Amino acid sequence: MDDQTREPDLIEIERYELFSGPAYNFAFDRRQFMKVFSGGIALIIPLSRVIARGAELEQQQGESGRGAFNRRLPNEIGAWIHIDQEGGITVYTGKVEFGQDIRTSLTQAVADELHAPVAQIRIVMGDTDLTPYDAGTFGSRTTPAMAPQLRKAAAAARELLIDLAAKQLNVERDTVQILNACFVNHDATKSLSFAEVTKGERLVKVIPEDVATTPVSEWRIAGTSLRKVDGRNFVTGKHLYNSDLKRPGMLHARVVRPSSFNATLVSADTKAAEAMAGVKLVRDGDFLAVAAPSQAVVFRAAGTIKAEWKSTPQSSNSELFDLLKKPVTGEGQRRGGGPRVQGSIKDGLAAADKQIEQSYTVAYIAHAPLEPRAAVAEWQDTKLTVWTGTQRPFGVRSELAEAFRLPEESIRVIVPDTGSGYGGKHSGECAIEAARIARATGQPVRLVWSREEEFTWAYFRPAGVIEIKSGVRNDGKITAWEFHNYNSGGSAIQGRYDIANQHLQFHPAESPLRQGSYRALAATANHFARESHMDELAHAVKIDPLQFRLLNSSDERLRAVLQTAAKAFGWGGRNMPSGRGAGIACGFEKGGFVATCAEVAVERKTGKVDIIRLVEAFECGAVVNPDHLKNQVEGSIVMGLGGALFERIEFENGKILNSRFSRYRVPRFSDVPPIEVVILDRKDLPSAGAGETPIVGVAPAIGNAIFAATGVRLRSLPMVPEGVALSSS
Amino acid sequence: MQRTTSLTVNNKKLRVEADPDATLLSVLRNDLELTGSKYGCGEGECGACTVLIDGQPAKSCVTRLRQVSGKRITTIEGLEQNGRLHPLQEAFLEFDALQCGFCTSGMIMAGVALLNKNSQPGTEEIVRSMNGNICRCCTYPRIVAAIERASRATREGS
Repeated sequence: MDDQTREPDLIEIERYELFSGPAYNFAFDRRQFMKVFSGGIALIIPLSRVIARGAELEQQQGESGRGAFNRRLPNEIGAWIHIDQEGGITVYTGKVEFGQDIRTSLTQAVADELHAPVAQIRIVMGDTDLTPYDAGTFGSRTTPAMAPQLRKAAAAARELLIDLAAKQLNVERDTVQILNACFVNHDATKSLSFAEVTKGERLVKVIPEDVATTPVSEWRIAGTSLRKVDGRNFVTGKHLYNSDLKRPGMLHARVVRPSSFNATLVSADTKAAEAMAGVKLVRDGDFLAVAAPSQAVVFRAAGTIKAEWKSTPQSSNSELFDLLKKPVTGEGQRRGGGPRVQGSIKDGLAAADKQIEQSYTVAYIAHAPLEPRAAVAEWQDTKLTVWTGTQRPFGVRSELAEAFRLPEESIRVIVPDTGSGYGGKHSGECAIEAARIARATGQPVRLVWSREEEFTWAYFRPAGVIEIKSGVRNDGKITAWEFHNYNSGGSAIQGRYDIANQHLQFHPAESPLRQGSYRALAATANHFARESHMDELAHAVKIDPLQFRLLNSSDERLRAVLQTAAKAFGWGGRNMPSGRGAGIACGFEKGGFVATCAEVAVERKTGKVDIIRLVEAFECGAVVNPDHLKNQVEGSIVMGLGGALFERIEFENGKILNSRFSRYRVPRFSDVPPIEVVILDRKDLPSAGAGETPIVGVAPAIGNAIFAATGVRLRSLPMVPEGVALSSS
Repeated sequence: MQRTTSLTVNNKKLRVEADPDATLLSVLRNDLELTGSKYGCGEGECGACTVLIDGQPAKSCVTRLRQVSGKRITTIEGLEQNGRLHPLQEAFLEFDALQCGFCTSGMIMAGVALLNKNSQPGTEEIVRSMNGNICRCCTYPRIVAAIERASRATREGS
């Protein structure tokens, strides 16, 4: 064993975008290509297949570190931590900062282990030349996997430094302590700084398998609400996002997009654009782009191009849910992984007093990260450097290697702290486009997608159909549970209820739109369906929805969040006035337990729905940063309101119809009700990630509250897409 | 197409050689290297590009350079005075009223405009005034709290 053992991976199986990569298959200019890349030219493999292969390997081998292509997690301290001659501590991780505040939480972990001040620590993130391999920042894995890894490296560094300090101070090793960022002897009469101990040398020692990290009870920096470590750069506008970066001689660029999905370029009249000073045209197959030294010129030039595209008829919103239920064959079918069966549905239904069969749907929604995709690409001979805001820097490096038939060693991907992603920035299409334009123009290129491009050419949270058939006894015991998810995914398909007879199955489909990860993935859809259905069962046997859940779950952690949320909310404590209702929902995903209560008011005449208040209890083990955790929970709840109430991508014949914020409504200040978040800090349990799971309870809690207020059951997300009208069907 | 436009940016008088039809956002970001104002939508819907024009909040992505000739522009870079942050910047830090931070410049500028107009806005007025700014990380409750804190800080400090 020369590498780290790690806990089994919990990678999500429905990361579709890994199976449907961007369709670029550049031809290049053959002569230039031969000249530049003489030797070692591989066959052109469709990108999607390569990415899929990587995904399979990642699923087999784990996410962080020893991931795709047999990469191993480095076991040398120096790969993770370096102390420079001034005593500055630099930490290296392939994770990226998109607003989760992991730059802060990981700093806390290292500060604890090294007994070093936070200000002395700097983290280099997501740089494929500098940081150890990492499959990507997704699946809420930073806190449960990367933080312990960095703790181990830092603890090993600490022990090594104490060894060195003892020698230099000429004292017994066990008398050396770290006080105020210095190594001191027993009475602190002798002292050495971090810099004096290491003298800038690389820490070459192997991290011992059994290195002891600081137990939660002895955390000093972790467990506190440390503020965002580089917050000042953000409130002053100084932080440079990808779209702010400049390189000497850099051109701005714009891609001329097809008129619809799956279109091919028939002809393009580019004369006017080419006549403009400084404008360069790039065409490679169906790829057409413009570059120029000024952004204004690029936009003007792109506007003059008359391109003719050919496309075939494509499907639309109206037929979506029928499409998703069409069986798929071959590779697509295998992605489903078959049913999970326990007991017998037939027997379970036979034992039931009541049976319910219902269908639920969720729409495609957009991540709409406020910073659209952006990339700066620069070639030096055959070495390519790309700065881009991706959640998978190493994955995007593979995509670039494939697109340009380069060895990965020739490519460096650097991810500046980015303007959010929510699972929406796993793929490297913008990086590839920028690199292609830079290759053709011979100059560095910055490409920033427009909002319309981000809404159209990225990918969406999968739409889905969920069908549930269940049986329940009059005493409240659920006897049968058959659950089919079509297309949206298998995340959290398994609930935490004790049901003897279950049949759970995820059915992949041919999605008419490009789809991929989204905050909590399919857990949102599966919880919406499951927790709405639980409410239907509770009402069918006339048992209070909270009691009904407690009756059917012996999971102590789930029960704890349910009871905590109910208590904070005042569940069942008072009669609601007419037109008001309360709803509850709970769940588990990615190591976190959540329960959400909602109170809504529905205006009878107009159907206008007002969310009066929301209460959420969340538990994810030992809390690393209470305030940042609360920030994530609050953010998840409010973001969840969008998907619950009004967010929906509309499409027709290969076109997105609402590709702007003026047509695609996201939550705003006025949509935010009073929210109470209760965090349960379980110091006895390992810390889990928290950026995703808090979103899953919002939609079903609201749906159940709307039912309580009106007797109308809404089984489609978004529930009130027009924002006011409550469907009475 | 290039023409000279005179304007004052963050208290500096400038003559900008640019297309008068270019957006103010593009001029700030590309010609003046003031990248704190962000592009988020290009249609004035998200507020990431918010700046002050003669003290009034404006979406610089839908404002043309020709419209601001002779005017005073304040961007996020102009808020800090002699190394001292504006009380609202301090409050954003205190309340961690951000996650990814991409909306933050625009949020702070819209908030500053509100506080300049009314140093004691109520919650409803805050929500109404800020509703043109999107925080996709949805830190809205914290932004409201930060504006309320800055309002108190300004009152107590003056």
